[in-house]
Amino acid sequence: MKEQAGSGSNPFDIPHKKQGWCPGCGNYKILESLKIALHELELDRREVVIVSGIGQAAKTPQYVNANMFNGLHGRALPVALGVKLSNRGLTVIAESGDGCMYGEGGNHFLHAIRRNADITVIVHDNMIYGLTKGQASPTSLQGMKTPVQVGGVVLEPFNPVAVALALNAPFIARASAADVRETVDIVKQAVSFRGLALVDVFQPCVVFNRLNTYQWFREHTYYLDEHHDVTDRKAAFALALETGRYPLGVLYREDGRPTYEEQLGIPHEPSWNHEVSREAFDDLVGSFR
Amino acid sequence: MYPCKFKKTEVMVHYRGDLSIVFGGAAGQGVQTIADALVSLLRTSGYHVSACTEFMSRIRGGSNSTEVRIASCRRNAFVRRIDLLFALNAEVLEHLAERITPETTVFAEKEGRGDIEALRVIDTPLAEFAREAGSPVYANTVAVGVVLGILGIRLEGFRDFLSGQFADKGDDVVERNHKAADLGFRFGREAAERESLSVTLPAPEEKLGALLLNGTQALGIGAVSAGCSFISSYPMSPGTGLLTFLAAHGPRFSIVVDQAEDEIAAINAGLGASYAGARALVTTSGGGFALMGEGISLAGIAEQPVVVHIGQRPGPATGMPTRTEQGDLNLVLYAGHGDFARAVYAPGTLEEAILVMQRAFETADRYQVPVFVLTDQFFLDSVMTMPKESVPDLSLDRCIVRSDAGYQRYRFTADGVSPRSVPGHGDGVVKVDSHEHDESGHLTENFSIRERMVSKRLQRLEEMKQQAIRPSWYGNPSASTVVVSWGSNRGVVEEALDLLQHDDNIASLHFSQLYPLHADAQTLLEGRHVVVVENNATGQFADFLHREYGIVAARRVLKAIGEPFAVEDIMNVLQTSGGEA
Repeated sequence: MKEQAGSGSNPFDIPHKKQGWCPGCGNYKILESLKIALHELELDRREVVIVSGIGQAAKTPQYVNANMFNGLHGRALPVALGVKLSNRGLTVIAESGDGCMYGEGGNHFLHAIRRNADITVIVHDNMIYGLTKGQASPTSLQGMKTPVQVGGVVLEPFNPVAVALALNAPFIARASAADVRETVDIVKQAVSFRGLALVDVFQPCVVFNRLNTYQWFREHTYYLDEHHDVTDRKAAFALALETGRYPLGVLYREDGRPTYEEQLGIPHEPSWNHEVSREAFDDLVGSFR
Repeated sequence: MYPCKFKKTEVMVHYRGDLSIVFGGAAGQGVQTIADALVSLLRTSGYHVSACTEFMSRIRGGSNSTEVRIASCRRNAFVRRIDLLFALNAEVLEHLAERITPETTVFAEKEGRGDIEALRVIDTPLAEFAREAGSPVYANTVAVGVVLGILGIRLEGFRDFLSGQFADKGDDVVERNHKAADLGFRFGREAAERESLSVTLPAPEEKLGALLLNGTQALGIGAVSAGCSFISSYPMSPGTGLLTFLAAHGPRFSIVVDQAEDEIAAINAGLGASYAGARALVTTSGGGFALMGEGISLAGIAEQPVVVHIGQRPGPATGMPTRTEQGDLNLVLYAGHGDFARAVYAPGTLEEAILVMQRAFETADRYQVPVFVLTDQFFLDSVMTMPKESVPDLSLDRCIVRSDAGYQRYRFTADGVSPRSVPGHGDGVVKVDSHEHDESGHLTENFSIRERMVSKRLQRLEEMKQQAIRPSWYGNPSASTVVVSWGSNRGVVEEALDLLQHDDNIASLHFSQLYPLHADAQTLLEGRHVVVVENNATGQFADFLHREYGIVAARRVLKAIGEPFAVEDIMNVLQTSGGEA
């Protein structure tokens, strides 16, 4: 039976829950967008699982009234995969920061895309390590000085949307934390998409990242309009490589691609209800005679 | 000396009783195929047969061998002695030189075999017969034919076996295989007569219908019977077999099989599956398990059941990938940072492998802890017989509850174990956390909650101890010397004791659960002369007994060269000194 939310209240809210982020942090906006999106999609919070890793962004599910697996740094995606493959009926969202998803968990990011399980991946991309106090992240822009990168970042920034396109992820979008309404719409599309959906969310870190501020993101982004054909992978790739002003919105989507769980033919019955067929078991034992 | 059942006169060789036949050749030459066929035939004829394999870490070439034993009762151990050696190439003779004695009869091609220690070498033209049958690929079939001729076992069974094996390749192929078998059989029979070689096998007595399986397959059957519904693993010898077993049988049992991108992904996917309600399994070896440490710690704080199988091989690092060792006990006992409860099992027989798998899943679910099953290459690859009746029944006590609206995953309870629900099963939500958390699963830094959570997670160890598998005593209950072993060494120790029947003063104690230990273990060991046998360099279990009980092993019998203990190794130790240091 579906829970009925009273008008105006969001069942995904946890009233009076203290949130452990700095004042002005972009994470508040992303949390708000996520909860609105889940509510507007009329999802039953008991069937939504949010898996996160470690970092400031990874605290997000602590503040959402839904199922939560707050695991290890970098490991949100393998956990999310295990959940999805063991109960296909659940809506599974993996949510963490750029360090967690693209750095520590980089290998999982690559292979999660290759598998294409029906999981939504939301990455809070603030181009800095917040929890550990201001070191470079995989997406930090070159030249930015930090307590570790004292002469400025020299590594090429990780380009998540281009990497995802190269691996042929079927849904790739970029959002900006400051724009709640636009982010809600993008997250709703991603969550309702069947297959792996990546949403890279630009997020200001008001304490440690003095370069990529709210104003910087406003000046260095623009929203894609209807002239962009979201089914055109090459056009999406060209957009993904734009770095002067970054395009926001859905860059690419290909509907109808079979998911990992469909291709494996795994059962719809949740695994907590798993039963062993007596007949099949006797056959198995008998085959060693 | 191994008890002599070998009598040799100038003109005649007579092998009587337990027989050890070794097949050696390069990888890709089909040594395993020959052994498999022979073992299967012998089993069908009711013999107590077993086989163990040693091989090099390469796909083609090198020197590998399989030892097939026919014994008067069920045996599960490696013997150094070789009665009959079938060498498919000349390198094998060098590879096994130390095990070839004047009592060994060697069957080898005449070409290029050089000098051999054995007095008795029978030129065996396998290649020529194979060509005569139609192709060099039939050499293996010829070889089995020769063995049957020597052993005096009727050929009909093998012909039927070949008909079944090659039915889908057409009558032609079946016919050529039959011809190859005939040629080999005739040669074997004539050679035995010509060389005055006779073999009297132990009487076959095993009930027809005994199962024939290796350690990996027993673990797989155990996992299926326990309702395992998820396995995620990254291939690593010798743990991979369990992954392929469940992949092969997964579709019939709705088992989800995921080949992970790395071991870190494997353990975390296992924990995600477990969180969603699966009985989740991960298989690996020591090196892969080392990568899982943080995930194991996560299982500890999240109180998330998971079963990890570690097929041991010699380390450190890559070590010897296809060889055997018991060097990862310490790793498994202490894997994961922080304090939390766990259980460690180490089966010593096929029956124990199935039971231990069931027990592992039950313990994981019931106490919400990570559980480890420790085996090794020798155990996993060894083929043995097992009565069908000893397959335990299905076991599916899940300990999963429906959640109510106010459900709290980590509710404080009298025994420290909170009722476990899973997402989508009831009116509540399930929140699990790698941080220290409150009862609802939200992170907290409250010291008093922390204090209660730490003791909650450890409290269950007491009950787990009471539920632990009692170690198996073998021999005189009042023996003053006790030989302690764990995991795969059960067979070799018990066989050695059987052969030392006259010594009533030595018994053995085998542990198939290593942590927590059964409370009786201490009483059984105290006041006796304790000899610990382990396939590692330092005596990790002996150290553990000391830490746990203050019991000091009077002697540590250790071996860490990559080879299992042979019955002769244990005999020598116990005979020379009665186990005295």
